Amino acid sequence: MRTLTTSMIAASVALTLAQGAQPSAGSQEPPRQQGEVSISITGPPGLPPKYAVPDFIALTNDAETVAAAKTISQVLWDDLDFEREFYLISRDTYRTIPPATSIDQVPLDQWKQLGADGLIIGTVRKTASGVAVQVRLIEVASGRTALAKEYSGTLKNPRLYAHTASDEIHQQQRNLRGVARTKLAFTSDRDGERMKGPVIDRGISNIYISDYDGANQTRVTVSRSLDITPAWSPDRNSIAYTSYRSDFPDILIQFIYEGKVPFKPAAGSSEKQNFLPAWSPDGTQLAFTTNRDHNNEIYVVNRDGTNLRRLTNHPAIDVTPTWSPTGNQIAFTSDRTGSPQIWIMNADGSEPQRITNEGFCDRPTWSPAPFNEIAYASRNGAGFDIKVFDFASRTSKTITDGIGSNESPAFSPNGRHIAFTSTRAGKEQIFLIDRDGKNLRQVTRAGMNRYPNWSQ
Amino acid sequence: MTQRRTVVVVAMVALMMVGACGKKKPPVARPTLPPPPPPSSSTNRTPGPPEPVKEPVPVPAEPITSDTLASTDIDTLNKNSPFQPVFFAYDEDVIDAVGQQALGHDAELMKKYPTWIVTIEGHSDERGTAEYNLALGERRALAARNYLVSLGIPADRLRTVSYGKEFPFEPGHDETSWSKNRRAHFVVTSK
Repeated sequence: MRTLTTSMIAASVALTLAQGAQPSAGSQEPPRQQGEVSISITGPPGLPPKYAVPDFIALTNDAETVAAAKTISQVLWDDLDFEREFYLISRDTYRTIPPATSIDQVPLDQWKQLGADGLIIGTVRKTASGVAVQVRLIEVASGRTALAKEYSGTLKNPRLYAHTASDEIHQQQRNLRGVARTKLAFTSDRDGERMKGPVIDRGISNIYISDYDGANQTRVTVSRSLDITPAWSPDRNSIAYTSYRSDFPDILIQFIYEGKVPFKPAAGSSEKQNFLPAWSPDGTQLAFTTNRDHNNEIYVVNRDGTNLRRLTNHPAIDVTPTWSPTGNQIAFTSDRTGSPQIWIMNADGSEPQRITNEGFCDRPTWSPAPFNEIAYASRNGAGFDIKVFDFASRTSKTITDGIGSNESPAFSPNGRHIAFTSTRAGKEQIFLIDRDGKNLRQVTRAGMNRYPNWSQ
Repeated sequence: MTQRRTVVVVAMVALMMVGACGKKKPPVARPTLPPPPPPSSSTNRTPGPPEPVKEPVPVPAEPITSDTLASTDIDTLNKNSPFQPVFFAYDEDVIDAVGQQALGHDAELMKKYPTWIVTIEGHSDERGTAEYNLALGERRALAARNYLVSLGIPADRLRTVSYGKEFPFEPGHDETSWSKNRRAHFVVTSK
């Protein structure tokens, strides 16, 4: 966990250029208070605990620190609300309670009156090298501290402190892997640039990344062509995607925090075109679609370009592979029964079998454990809806609500959320929804945005 | 049958004999006088019909397009493409009679300009999913390519690329637009 955090932060720093926050999570953590580990804040029987997250206390009075204190508390509220493990008391109702001036002097009685079971108090203090952020989760009933953290770093991206604290709180209180520090990748045409080369005037698309909540949207490719279908490597250091920059689609692996020349693991040419890459769960292989047999088939290649092998061998279309969490199976779309349906096969290509029998299904995305599900787009009238196939019951349920057309689902790494493309708000945009169909939110607005993918 | 053949043989023999009789001594060649000059108009003889006055009939020039195509730069050429696209039915890659006619025209064009390298773009309408349409567009481009190869165009002059539903030709959301967006579109990539 510590290693993961560190590499994530290193990545974040390298990326930005624009963000640059560098909290060394937990490195300056104060000694644990007695009983910290054992405290699990509960609510009334059968109800989630209620949490309050008032503005963090700015211990230095400069505008930057004051603004950061407000941002961190607001984002932390949103992050905690996102997983729906706690009931977050609306921040509007905190007005009657005088703000704390010190992390040790909190009017717990008043928070108790407001109904809070858990209270998150934090401080932000400017230091010589940047900023120090303290976060404390207090069990209101007992006044005991359930979790105490201190982070340091720059103030360029205050949201990262909130994301880090949220993930730690979810881990400690609910044994849940939160997604607050995960990122989205997607395709956008927002810059309005035009395609190079001959012919008709055409717009281009490039790969963008953002925080899970849509903040900090940043372009990471610079082609004058189409860069589409991004896929985060499991180590989050690179993105594999389909690029038309050579005038035909080929798969590129780009180390987005390093600026190296992208690597082409499938070594494409005009006669060997490759698209729709999907990482194996251990990050060592890529499954993809290629036309090298004069028909679209699923292939697998090692990340370094070795050990290329063919998995499907059928005159029908076989396209858009996704790996099972164990890496033992691959799901894909095939129209070998006459219409596009979701199929699964072993990772060596053996035993293909169809799992859907609907009008038109595409873009399977296998959930992470513990769920054993495949999300996909299924035709519903004029448009598509996101559905989830459950292997235990062998049935599918519809996640989206029939508004607009909903395509290209991608699971969050904890399996609780799905990013997808929807036309419900006009042009195609990226939305997030929980696996039960609740908690719909739009995360992109500029230009047209498609092909979402969710990092680990 | 036998009787008729006999009659023919007899007739031929008779003819040969006649020929042999007529072929005695060749006449001695003598220079003959040139024919008298045609009577001049000044003579009193009756004038013949008036000499017809001839004028060349203009013939329309060969279409200038062929020469223009050869000299046009690629960008301009592709903006007003001399190739006819092939249109497809929904979720189909079958080339119908109209499509075959278009490809026949395109094949002639490629034979006329044997240095041209052509990329066949496969496109789909917006109704399918983005990922599947990438594959469907590829199938359409391959179908057009295979047909052109069957008409004698070398495969190495034909490249394919699928754009799925990325680049619709018509922006509308109805069959009028969709039918124009389900296509194999030809682009000259070098000449």
